[in-house]
Amino acid sequence: MVTSAPLWSVLLVPLVLLAFTMTAVSADALLAARTAGRPLSVAVCSETLAEVPRLLVGQRRTTLAPDALLWRMGVLTVPACGVLAALVIPFGRVTASRMDVGVVWFNAMEVFTWAGLWMAGWGANSVFGLIGGYRFVAQGLAYELPLMFALISVATGAQSLNIADIAAAQAHLWFAVWMPVAFVVYLASVYAFSFLGPFAYPASRDLAGGVLAELSGVDRLVLQGGRWLLFTAGAGMAVPLFLGGGNGPLLPAWAWSTVKTLGVLALLVWGRRRLPTLRADRYVELAWVVLIPLTILQALLPALVDLRK
Amino acid sequence: MFWVLALLAAGGGFLVFRFDSMARATIALLVSFVATGGLLVVLGLGYLGVVVILMMIMEMIIMAVFMVAYMMNPAGLMPMAMYHNKPASLTISITTFVLLGGGIFLVRWPHRDSAPPADPTLQLGMALMGPQMLTMMTLGFALFATIVATVVLATHRGRYDRFGDDLLHRPAADPVPGGVGR
Repeated sequence: MVTSAPLWSVLLVPLVLLAFTMTAVSADALLAARTAGRPLSVAVCSETLAEVPRLLVGQRRTTLAPDALLWRMGVLTVPACGVLAALVIPFGRVTASRMDVGVVWFNAMEVFTWAGLWMAGWGANSVFGLIGGYRFVAQGLAYELPLMFALISVATGAQSLNIADIAAAQAHLWFAVWMPVAFVVYLASVYAFSFLGPFAYPASRDLAGGVLAELSGVDRLVLQGGRWLLFTAGAGMAVPLFLGGGNGPLLPAWAWSTVKTLGVLALLVWGRRRLPTLRADRYVELAWVVLIPLTILQALLPALVDLRK
Repeated sequence: MFWVLALLAAGGGFLVFRFDSMARATIALLVSFVATGGLLVVLGLGYLGVVVILMMIMEMIIMAVFMVAYMMNPAGLMPMAMYHNKPASLTISITTFVLLGGGIFLVRWPHRDSAPPADPTLQLGMALMGPQMLTMMTLGFALFATIVATVVLATHRGRYDRFGDDLLHRPAADPVPGGVGR
């Protein structure tokens, strides 16, 4: 059974999340080097992390007549919701917050990126940033409803919105096994709310970086780091929602949580480089015409199973 | 906690009318709604509070897009105001606030003589919806049908525009090509 850790453990959540995030960023740097045909080494692995001090001392760019308040608020929102979303993820047998409505909380914190990216795009008073922010809103309208139905599927399967209960309900069979549609839609949505990989459209190269276009120095670090924190929180949440949380034979629960989280992260980091970027206007039709009916049918399955009980 | 959220909720609502930028006004309203959601959580209605926060973020960002598109001066480069007829609107809003706020102190609230229920959200839902569930379900379907009908009536493009006069043209001639290739 998952127990609630003491209040101070809330302070550990950002540290654990940061450790997983740094692992993911390093793996991503290694994959980039392999694609470029460069020899793999420790230096290559830490290349992205070595950017951090450079960004910390770098000049902050200012634009003509920016809305500085909204701009800074938007940039700060992204890492803040990554950490807040991670608060409810059980790790092994403990969780920082054993909230009764953990799934809804996670969903709400992830939706905060809508406001964050729109403000970050708007505030810079730059056309590329503005289009990037609007692109994320369009993308949000596409990915959000299938994601919600995927979350509803697992919550219905466990008959609880508490993430610890959802993990406990998979003691015998993972939800990923009998709710594969919800699992795949969830993983796609992790890319979408962290605007990475196939969903990097709001910050893509065809837009000179989109929401990132006018960000430099510490602002850029905060937004780039924030999207990776969100990405890692999403990958970590897949473990209790679909992969049975800390349940597993032989090893202790915390070890299973670590192994599974690293596994999901590895899959997502690898997939990030294998999948082409999707335009929001293409994904929105796929989401509304194909994915929403599919995920509603998927949510029907656990509902029928519940009725049989 | 209650007072911080209450001040944010009322202050955010007030600031909506102080800002001269549509974007800032929308975000101020969002802050007000999120604080209201937080107040619901403080009251022990965790589910309702978090759902209010979730829905209000999505709603306010979509509203920001439309308001920026429709307002005369979205960017705040020229002075704009969120109100018309300042003296009258100020009088009406202050009177309403005082009336509603005063009502809270004047009403004789019932006295609780038992412990709060284990799940206040369930109790509230039963109290609000319990006997009227059938009405609400019918209303939901009627509203949804209205939305679909309005969109169908409002769109200027029908199937003959998409598939040609003989309805045989494939793929459809859409101004924005979708991802499914219908």
